[in-house]
Amino acid sequence: MITSIWAWLRDPAHWSGADGIPTRLAEHLGYTAIVMVLAAAIALPLGLYVGHSGRARWLITAANAARAVPTLGLLFALSLWLGPKLSGDLAFSAPSIIVLVLLAIPPLLAGAYAGVEAVDPAARDAAKGMGMQPAQVLRSVELPVALPLLLSGVRAALLQVIATATIAAYVGLGGLGRYLIDGLATGDYAATAGGALLVAGLALAADLLLAALTRAVVSPGLTGKYRGADGVDIPGRTDVAFER
Amino acid sequence: MTWIQDHLGLIGSLAVRHAVLAGIPLLLGLVVSLPLGWLAHRYRRLAPVALAGTGLLYTIPSLALFILMPLLLGTKILNPINVVAAMTIYTIALLVRTVVDGLDSVPKDVDAAALAMGLTGLRRLLGVQLPLAIPVIAAGLRVAAVSNVSIVSVASIIGVSQLGDLLVDGYNRDIPGALWAGIIGCLALALLFDIVIQVVARLLTPWRASTKPAAAGAPA
Amino acid sequence: MHRSRSRRAALTLGLSMASVLALTACGGSSDPLNSSTTSSSATSSTTGATNIVVGSADFSESVLLAEIYAGALQAKGVNATTKLNIGSREIYLKALDDGSINLIPEYTGALAYYYDKSFAETDPTKVYDGLVGLLPASLQVLTASAAEDNDSINVTTETAQKYSLKTVGDLAAHAKDLTLGAPPEFKDRPQGIPGLQQTYGITFKSFRPLKGAALVNALKNGQVDAANIFSTDPAIAANGFVTLTDDKRLFGAQNVVPLIAKSAATSDVVAALDAVSAKLTTATLSDLLKKTDIDKQDPATVAKEFLSANGLG
Repeated sequence: MITSIWAWLRDPAHWSGADGIPTRLAEHLGYTAIVMVLAAAIALPLGLYVGHSGRARWLITAANAARAVPTLGLLFALSLWLGPKLSGDLAFSAPSIIVLVLLAIPPLLAGAYAGVEAVDPAARDAAKGMGMQPAQVLRSVELPVALPLLLSGVRAALLQVIATATIAAYVGLGGLGRYLIDGLATGDYAATAGGALLVAGLALAADLLLAALTRAVVSPGLTGKYRGADGVDIPGRTDVAFER
Repeated sequence: MTWIQDHLGLIGSLAVRHAVLAGIPLLLGLVVSLPLGWLAHRYRRLAPVALAGTGLLYTIPSLALFILMPLLLGTKILNPINVVAAMTIYTIALLVRTVVDGLDSVPKDVDAAALAMGLTGLRRLLGVQLPLAIPVIAAGLRVAAVSNVSIVSVASIIGVSQLGDLLVDGYNRDIPGALWAGIIGCLALALLFDIVIQVVARLLTPWRASTKPAAAGAPA
Repeated sequence: MHRSRSRRAALTLGLSMASVLALTACGGSSDPLNSSTTSSSATSSTTGATNIVVGSADFSESVLLAEIYAGALQAKGVNATTKLNIGSREIYLKALDDGSINLIPEYTGALAYYYDKSFAETDPTKVYDGLVGLLPASLQVLTASAAEDNDSINVTTETAQKYSLKTVGDLAAHAKDLTLGAPPEFKDRPQGIPGLQQTYGITFKSFRPLKGAALVNALKNGQVDAANIFSTDPAIAANGFVTLTDDKRLFGAQNVVPLIAKSAATSDVVAALDAVSAKLTTATLSDLLKKTDIDKQDPATVAKEFLSANGLG
């Protein structure tokens, strides 16, 4: 079986054309990018606001409850409902993107909220005492301190979106999910397994990239680097990750 | 909505199968994750490997895992075991990290006190560390339960029926009632699982009842 | 102290888990993982009576036919259950192979193509005879029905008028501007896109893998310009789609036929299924599908009505 997957992955015919791996990979990354930008634009400000103000905490609870909605069901419902209302490709892409955005919001929201929430009240008070405005406190103190947890939320959301973007193929879209659905429809298990491998590989690459990014942008004062530790184990990073 | 009223029996039997297909892996996954998590907690060098390895399992698309399970296990293609095995893998992916976090959350002085009282090895783990880790583990279990209930619905694609059948049938024949029944059924099941886990966690940690309510699934 | 607490904790945990399992198990049949959901009779293997599991593909006509087969068998005292919506041919034939199911409604031409990718017969009798020779030793097809459900290429009336389309061949000049919608497997099947290319010289601008109601909606809303919809699909008439004539007979003959594991084909079973096939015509099938797909009735109900109206159940 492993040899047939390898053969499938190496077959030059699978590396060109509209159904080729580069095209499908680009489509997959395209959906992922659109979804992450939209979800982050919605969830991060909200999460920071809730964490900063302590108001509207029900948003976090509601977002967590929303994780129970079966993604496939939501996708089907939206496709049937929105499909006739939209024209062209949007009829297929809009439902998928909405579903994936909804999927990405809870971890992003939880990460941003938990990050700000975890800020030491003393640090916040000190910033206020120095005469900082609320917006300044958020930008200069809360945000940098919240960054590790916030980014771990981003990481959880990103991995989930990459893995789940495959279902878009079920409603007629492209992406790496095509190999899974088409492989299933035609009994081509090498294609299914190869597609799954590509998705897992993409997720791994994204995970490593984000880990590197986290190391680059998080203040050394938070990572323990100043003590000479290697800084890989960011405090609290795990707290949000299990939220997936 | 008359569709739902006319098909309550079908919805009920599918919901039961859904609960079994999502619930058993939760228990199996917990049983496997406890020793794995303990190892990663006890031997810190193992932790990054164990956490990254199990965490990556979660990125395998469910569609692919369901389809490939019969090949990996050598089972019959329509066997529900395929779904149970796949869901157990996802549960482990979520729970190992949770178990590590839970054991890490045990206060060092409590652990030291237990050691000083002569509790060692398994007795300290079962008597002190694990009970104190229950709140965190339960929070992770709640996330896994919700995730399982949602993912199991994909199993219709390989002919193992549960509430996902309503989603697929509703989509294929354009029946909104069936779609809604599937979605609401999943939500209700997720809620039921969530309540059961919270109640069990509360019962297992009687010392917490007097202080404050159990932490929610959110880091709230 | 610690010990008593941990013992109590373990006990509580055990009891709670047991109660969760009991809770989830007591609502349904004794074996909640028993794969049958639509039929009440259990697949027990205690007696020597024949047990037949009727499978179906994941589209409503296949589900309906499986219900009809199961109902007809039950009426003759055969213990028949259903295992519906399994998936595409490539999946359910594996299930037939490993004994998960014993019987499934099939289509003569498509099944023959599955076993022989160069199968070229188009005459119904020759297709059937050819199919018999292609089947693996463990499987057999019973008498085919007159009912035929073929692939068919459909366009909206507007598209048909715009390009003056009557036959599939007429598409050749315009296909480069058009999008084709069809189930995913159509892309690689010999009578699918490769067949359209070889037989008609048609290459569509793009391909949109869709099926069922979603495909019908996509054609109706102009998201695809041509769609491969099963010829018995009532949505064709309901939406006024124009079916293009398959003048070069690419899609061959597709008569509905029971495909059964030889081990399950006792004389009772064969007699019951032959009686069903004798009553099935394309018009009947279209009528029945209108009830399941347009009126949203349950396939099981529609199957029962058909069986009792024809003295089969």
